[in-house]
Amino acid sequence: MAEQDGARDGALAVRGLTVRYDGVPATDDVDVDVPAGSVTAVLGPSGCGKSTLLRAIAGLEQPDAGSISYAGADLARVPTHRRGFALMFQDGQLFPHTDVAGNVGYALRLRRWPKAQVRSRVEELLELVGLDGFGPRMPQTLSGGERQRVALARSLAVEPRLLLLDEPLSALDRGLRERLAADLHDILRRAGTTTLLVTHDHDEAFAIADRMVVMRAGRVVQAGELAEVWRQPADAWAARFLGYADVLDGDAAAALRTVIAPEEQWTQIALRRSALVVDPAGALLGTVLAARATPDQIRLELEVDRVGRVGAVAEPGSRAQVGDRVRIGVRTDRVAVLPGTV
Amino acid sequence: MRTRTGIPRTWAGVAVVATALLTGVTALSGCGSTDPKESSRTITIATHDSWAMSKSVMAEFTRKTGITVRITRNGDVGELTSKLVLSKGDPFADGFFGVDNTFATRVSDAGIVADYPAPGQAASAARFALSGTTGKELTPIDYGDVCVNVDNPWFARHHLAPPVTLDDLAAPQYKGLTVTPGAQSSSTGLAFLLATIGRYGDGWKAYWAKLVANDIKIDVGWTQAYESDFTAGGGRGDRPIVVSYSSSPPDTVPQGATKPTTSALLDTCFRQVEYAGVLKGAANPKGMEEFIRFMIGRRFQAAMPAEMYVYPVDSSVPLPADWSSWAPVSPKPYVVTPAAIAAHRSEWLQDWADITSR
Amino acid sequence: MMPRTRRARTGTAALAAVPLLVIVVFFLYPVGGMIARGFWPGGSFAPRAVLDVLARPRVHQVLWFTLWSAGLATAITVIAGVPVAYVLHRLRFRGRSLLRTVVVLPFVLPTVVVGIAFEQLIRPSGPLGGLHLDGTPAAIVAALVFFNLGVVVRTVGIFWEGIDRRTSEAAATLGAAPFRVFRTVTLPALVPAIVASASVVFLFCSTAFGVVLTLGGLRYANVETEIYVLTTQDLDLTAAAALSVLQVVVITALLVVASRSRRDPRALAQQVGAARRPRRGDLLLLAWTAVVGIFLAAPLVTLLLASVRTDSGWSLQYYRALQSTGQDGALLVTATSSLLHSLVIAVQAAGLALVLGVVVSYLVSRPRSGGGSRRLAGLFDGLFMLPLGVSAVTLGFGFLITLNRAPLDLRTSVLLIPIAQAMVALPLVVRTVAPVLAAIDPRLREAASSLGAGPVRVLLAVDLPHAWRALLAATGFAFAVSLGEFGATSFLARADSPTLPVVIYQLISHPGPLNFGMAMAGSVVLATATGLVMLLVDRLRVGSVGAF
Repeated sequence: MAEQDGARDGALAVRGLTVRYDGVPATDDVDVDVPAGSVTAVLGPSGCGKSTLLRAIAGLEQPDAGSISYAGADLARVPTHRRGFALMFQDGQLFPHTDVAGNVGYALRLRRWPKAQVRSRVEELLELVGLDGFGPRMPQTLSGGERQRVALARSLAVEPRLLLLDEPLSALDRGLRERLAADLHDILRRAGTTTLLVTHDHDEAFAIADRMVVMRAGRVVQAGELAEVWRQPADAWAARFLGYADVLDGDAAAALRTVIAPEEQWTQIALRRSALVVDPAGALLGTVLAARATPDQIRLELEVDRVGRVGAVAEPGSRAQVGDRVRIGVRTDRVAVLPGTV
Repeated sequence: MRTRTGIPRTWAGVAVVATALLTGVTALSGCGSTDPKESSRTITIATHDSWAMSKSVMAEFTRKTGITVRITRNGDVGELTSKLVLSKGDPFADGFFGVDNTFATRVSDAGIVADYPAPGQAASAARFALSGTTGKELTPIDYGDVCVNVDNPWFARHHLAPPVTLDDLAAPQYKGLTVTPGAQSSSTGLAFLLATIGRYGDGWKAYWAKLVANDIKIDVGWTQAYESDFTAGGGRGDRPIVVSYSSSPPDTVPQGATKPTTSALLDTCFRQVEYAGVLKGAANPKGMEEFIRFMIGRRFQAAMPAEMYVYPVDSSVPLPADWSSWAPVSPKPYVVTPAAIAAHRSEWLQDWADITSR
Repeated sequence: MMPRTRRARTGTAALAAVPLLVIVVFFLYPVGGMIARGFWPGGSFAPRAVLDVLARPRVHQVLWFTLWSAGLATAITVIAGVPVAYVLHRLRFRGRSLLRTVVVLPFVLPTVVVGIAFEQLIRPSGPLGGLHLDGTPAAIVAALVFFNLGVVVRTVGIFWEGIDRRTSEAAATLGAAPFRVFRTVTLPALVPAIVASASVVFLFCSTAFGVVLTLGGLRYANVETEIYVLTTQDLDLTAAAALSVLQVVVITALLVVASRSRRDPRALAQQVGAARRPRRGDLLLLAWTAVVGIFLAAPLVTLLLASVRTDSGWSLQYYRALQSTGQDGALLVTATSSLLHSLVIAVQAAGLALVLGVVVSYLVSRPRSGGGSRRLAGLFDGLFMLPLGVSAVTLGFGFLITLNRAPLDLRTSVLLIPIAQAMVALPLVVRTVAPVLAAIDPRLREAASSLGAGPVRVLLAVDLPHAWRALLAATGFAFAVSLGEFGATSFLARADSPTLPVVIYQLISHPGPLNFGMAMAGSVVLATATGLVMLLVDRLRVGSVGAF
């Protein structure tokens, strides 16, 4: 399923990677490619092996099988600190004993940059992450979001060949997360850094990445361009993980198929919540089980005839009450036909 | 990435350096005993903690012979003896001083002592020769009597006559007044046990049962008994009767006085004789032989009373003035032969331990 | 975690080899050699004789005394120590630092000094003579409690500091009275620390030597003193070996219990600092702490008084006399020069213990993924704790019979004393440094590594800034322990340059009031020196010092 475009110059290629802990594989025959200049997200629930994958790429875990190469060069015998990959954790892991400037300039001093150059580069980086003038502050005095920005600046300081982000935003609260995700998206593109991001949050992946690898139980389920993965989840599990609210199969799928595409043969379909809309002209009929208003819409639970219990939405003005019989229309751009069970 | 991985290298380097350091240090320290030139000018003597000898006497030996003496103290006589026996064939010293007649057979039976019939031994020393063995291995150097000591002013204050014999110690008026070092842990204590065995024969167990019933205190060593528990000791203890030496009283002469406050009961004594010997396999046996000759010479013999509180085996050597007045030896100490000690020691100590530990 | 490449594994193995080599050569080999002498008397294997020893009534008596005296002392130490731990670690008041030092001081004092001090206190004419403790097992148990209170107070106290106050506050808002809060919330949380410290105290009590010998005579013998008697007086190596093996088995079991219950070391290094000012409700506990403080200070004060009380009134003459060799040449060197010598040896021993301890701490504190390597690390950790629980007699005699060939003919070497003392201090260094290193988030090292820092740079950037206080504190602790070490030192063949504790022992072994007074003065000097070092260590506020 993995595409072979990763063979291009300057790209990371993971082939057949297996890492076992006490004999139990954490990643099992995993192939991943990160094209040069791309931001690739590895998405999966906790325990799926995505962090192990990241650590193996960083050189912090020893593969039991498979290879990791960068720009065609095998990395098996290259230790972490010589890989030129910067790793950033969810809680930043700033050195608590030095100030922000000391943290950001750490890798530069390791490379024996002249002091003046370190200073100007640190200023430039702090500006890039929106923390001008934070140099003399100590890490303990920063907020969670500021720490992440400092960690990002520290990671970008020496222009890593590959930036590895481990759940970079999950320690932050919701509002901050959304803002920083957008910033991160812009900063990474401005810096042009090839990035591999690991997350369990599909919103985070969508906000930052342009390519996606979905993992489950140590294996890669699906990989590709963000939109492509989004449009065509590999299976029911992937669909649910990518944020589809319901997956229908059997008679329920058949009932829906007869309404939206009677000529097609598929037997399984994933629906986003917004795929079913209360619409007097709709082809389906259902009973409202629950209704909850949000600022943008009304979220409904419906018992749709012959289809079963599904989620749906209604316009804010709609007066759908529990127990009402309503007609429902289907937005076909909000559904994904799943392969497999033909 | 030009060089290969640095992690293991660094640590391997640290390990190599540390190992080299360690072996270097140990090798260096081993040199002292392996360098032949060095070893002919030095001797190492294993002795017990009570060793004491003035610098000037030791310097005289070095001046006469060109040999420097290294003293290693090895705990009490028992510990010293065990160490000597355990390092059989590969001694850590050239010779020893201080194994007494209660342990002497253990040393001579182990076959660790080289024959050395010291020439020039005083005639008076002949009676201290170790009987029952070849007698040529161990050279008697000094002797002392382990006797019960009493604090006379204490008895005067309490209007009580001090005890005189071993029997007295079990008498009710002396209940709770006696302290002794343990026979298992102290050579002084063992000597006292032997005195009671010499006095009572097989009846010693009954006697000791009476002592225990009379609340005798058993300390680990002479130090605790004399210094901590004896009323006239440094710690000003609570018991006016202590098992010590016939040479102890001169140390209790108060400042400005001429007469000691304590005296030794000469009917309660066991005689300890201390021996020296050359160890088989010594690096410098000749040097040790020279030192043994020096130890039986007049200068060393004369210095022994003041330094180690013992009597020289050479009776022609004059004693310090206060010794002739206040530290007479027992005219008739109780005797248990070294052969009997060797045969029954474990059994006696076992029985003694059973009686004294309830 | 370093990449587990074969090279890295070789590197780790090479690093582990250094302390392993030292512990094998200077501990396992000598102790094993002594035990082998007992199992192979005359060269042929005779396990039957060893079994026979275990059937001796005397051995049963010794075992029984060891168990009950150590058990009772442990129970009292825990019960007395837990309230003190609370007061010294959760309350804030003037003099707390001094009290903390007083509590730990006995632990680093030489046993010979403590024995004398106790004897002075409890003998019939002493201040506590009315209690008739002299020569009783109660005196031994009291002295064991005196020695080990610091261990419980320290271990439990530091644990207590790490317990979130809000949990008990929550319980209180739910209507629980203070004692009920303690019983239902705090005590269960403290259990791991209590079990860990109790097992270590039991270990120290059951292997106590000097105190039991000094205060118990031989009427009350425990396994340790029995090994001493069997080895030095009876030369019954078979029996000594049987008891040594028994000791090792029991101690290994104890160490397993202790390590099982030792909580996540991370918490040990946490500095919550939730201490508050005492309130009215703390009065009882403060009073109890005062009682314990007096109990701990009394023997020390007795020493001090004995050192300035002469026949002609109060005077410092014994201190002045420390520049001499004592009455009738009791010493081969002056007491002051032996103090200097002690300091030199303590520097060497502390240095050696630090180097080895840091390597061991580094290795055992690395986070591990595999169960195999975790077990290996546990084994490694336990191995370096063993010297705490093996008879000093066995070790001392083991040195004699095993380190007898070039290049290891160290039997009369001056290096043997610092080496032996380093063996004793090593477990304490590891227990101080390892938790601090383990508390460092491994991802911090990984972050540094991914930024291009090699392993040494990682140590400099991450481990050192975190651990330097702990390193300094461990050095100070090792220094203090070495300064007061008597047991192991006294069984080595000693050259003409003794340490101060040995000199003190020699002084009290020679008759004469001046010698005794000098011994007391020397003890005060020693106690002051160790006390100052411990005070400095306490200033550094490394939680894990002296905790197990």
